[in-house]
Amino acid sequence: MSQKIASNAPSTITTGIEMSAAKRISVVFRREFRSYFQTPLAAVFLVIFLFLAGFFTFNMGNFYERNNSDLRPFFEFHPWLYVFLVPAVSMRLWAEERRTGTIELIMTLPFGVSDLVVGKFLAAWAFTTLALSLTFPVWITVSWLGNPDHGTIVVAYLASALLGGAFLAVGSFVSALTKNQVIAFVLCAVACFVLLLAGFPAVLDYLRGWAPRGVVEGLASTSAFSHYDSMMRGVIDLRDLLYFLLVIAAFLVINVFTIDWKKSD
Amino acid sequence: MASRIVAKKLEKRFGHIHAVRGIDLEVPAGQVLGFLGPNGAGKSTTMRMITGFLEPTSGTVELEGISLADDPIAAKRTFGYLPEGAPAYPDMTVEEFLAFIAQARGFRGRDAKDRVERSIGRVNLQGVRKQAFETLSKGYKRRTGLAQALLHDPGILILDEPTDGLDPNQKFEVRELIKELGGDRAIVLSTHILEEVEAVCTRAIVINKGQIMFDGTPAEMEARAPREVTKNRMDHVFRMITTGDVADAKGGRR
Repeated sequence: MSQKIASNAPSTITTGIEMSAAKRISVVFRREFRSYFQTPLAAVFLVIFLFLAGFFTFNMGNFYERNNSDLRPFFEFHPWLYVFLVPAVSMRLWAEERRTGTIELIMTLPFGVSDLVVGKFLAAWAFTTLALSLTFPVWITVSWLGNPDHGTIVVAYLASALLGGAFLAVGSFVSALTKNQVIAFVLCAVACFVLLLAGFPAVLDYLRGWAPRGVVEGLASTSAFSHYDSMMRGVIDLRDLLYFLLVIAAFLVINVFTIDWKKSD
Repeated sequence: MASRIVAKKLEKRFGHIHAVRGIDLEVPAGQVLGFLGPNGAGKSTTMRMITGFLEPTSGTVELEGISLADDPIAAKRTFGYLPEGAPAYPDMTVEEFLAFIAQARGFRGRDAKDRVERSIGRVNLQGVRKQAFETLSKGYKRRTGLAQALLHDPGILILDEPTDGLDPNQKFEVRELIKELGGDRAIVLSTHILEEVEAVCTRAIVINKGQIMFDGTPAEMEARAPREVTKNRMDHVFRMITTGDVADAKGGRR
C-alpha cells in the first residue's frame, strides 16, 4: 500500500437501507447456505450421506429379499443416519461464529437475533433436505422394479425432512452453547439419540415393567421416533406434523435466548 | 447539531466483576474521539455496549437519536463498527465478504456492487480482492474490517484498535483516512498508541477500571505532564492517570 488511500467519492453520510424481516432472513440464509459449499463439508457430507443411505437400504435392510416394492428399509435407517450426520452440519452454526469472532460482527449488523437464528437454521435445513432429495434414484429403482405406493413415499420423504429439521433445531441450540465444535457435535448427537430413543419399543417395554402408564405414554409421545415411524408408514396425522413443527419452533426460541445469554463468552 | 452518540450512565457487570462503572459519553459530528486505557480498563466493553453487542447492566445508548434498546435494528443501521481483531468469515474472499456486508446493509444489484468497489478503493484492497480472508496478512485483515465498517458511509464509526498490526506506512494511511472521514462524522477509536491520539483525535478520553479518568483535547492531556518531562509526555500523563504512581503537574490525581 504505497499510494495514498483514495477517497474517490464524495463522502455523503447515509445509513443502511431498511429491510423487512423476510429480506434480512434471506441475506443470512444465502450467506450460510453458500458457506457449506466453500469448504469440503458439503461434498463430504453429501457423499457419506448418499453412500450410507444406499448401504443401509440395500445391504442391511434386505431391500431385495423382502420382495416388497416399498421404501421401508430405506426410510427405517434415516433416524440413525441423522443422529450422527445432522450434528456434523449443525455443530458449526454458532460455535464457528464464536470461535472466529464473527458473532460480534453479525450481531452489530442491522439484524435481529431471531433473523440470524431462523436464517441459519433454514440454510442448514435446506442443505440436509438437498442431501435427502439426492436419494431420488432409490425411488426410481423401486418404481422400476415394482409398483410402490407413491403417496406413502412422499409422506415418508416429508417425515424424513421434518425429522432432519427437528434434529437441526436441537443442534443449532447446542451449537450456541459452546465455542468448541467437537463438544457441539457430541452433545447434539446425544440429544438427538435421547429424543429418538425415548420412543423406541425396547425402551418403552422396559419402562412398562415398572413405570406408571401415563409416564410411559407421555414419554412415547415426546419421542421423535414414534412420530417418524407412523409418518414413515404413510399415515399423515396432523399431530405428527404439529409435533415436528413444535420441536423446531421450541428449540429455535431457546436458541435465541441462548445467543443473547452466551454471546460474549 | 445534536450529538450523534449519546451514552448515559453505562454500567456493565460480568458476575462479580464490575467492568464499566458509569460512563457518560456524547460525541457530536466532526469529533474524532480517542478512547484510551490500559488493557482490561473497559474500552472494548464500552464499545460493545454502544454497538449493541452487549446489553448494558444499566444505562442507555442513543445513536443518531435512536434508542438502541427500543429499536436495535434501526440503531444498528447508523454506524459502522470494526470489532476488536477485525473478524470476518475465513473462507470468504474479500469481495464476497464485502458483498455480504452490502446486502446486510440493504443494498441490492448495481448499488451493492458500487458500494463494494468504493470500499475496496478507499482502503486499497484491489490486490487481494479475490483472496480468502484467512490467507490475508494482519494488515489486510484490518483493512478489510475497515472497508466493511465504511461500506454504507455511516455518520458514526466505532473502531476498536483500527491500526493494530499495521506497519508504519499502513498506520499513516489509515490515520489519514480517519482524519479525512472525520469532517462530518462522529468517530470513536480505541488505541494503545498515544501518538495516534495526537495525530488524529480532536478529543481524548482515558478510562481506567471502568471509569473516565480524563476527558479533554490531546493538547490538554499533554499539558498535564510536569514541565521537566520533555520526552513522551503523553505516555507520562497516561501512566499518571492510570497508575497514579507518577508525579502530576498539579500534585495529585484528578
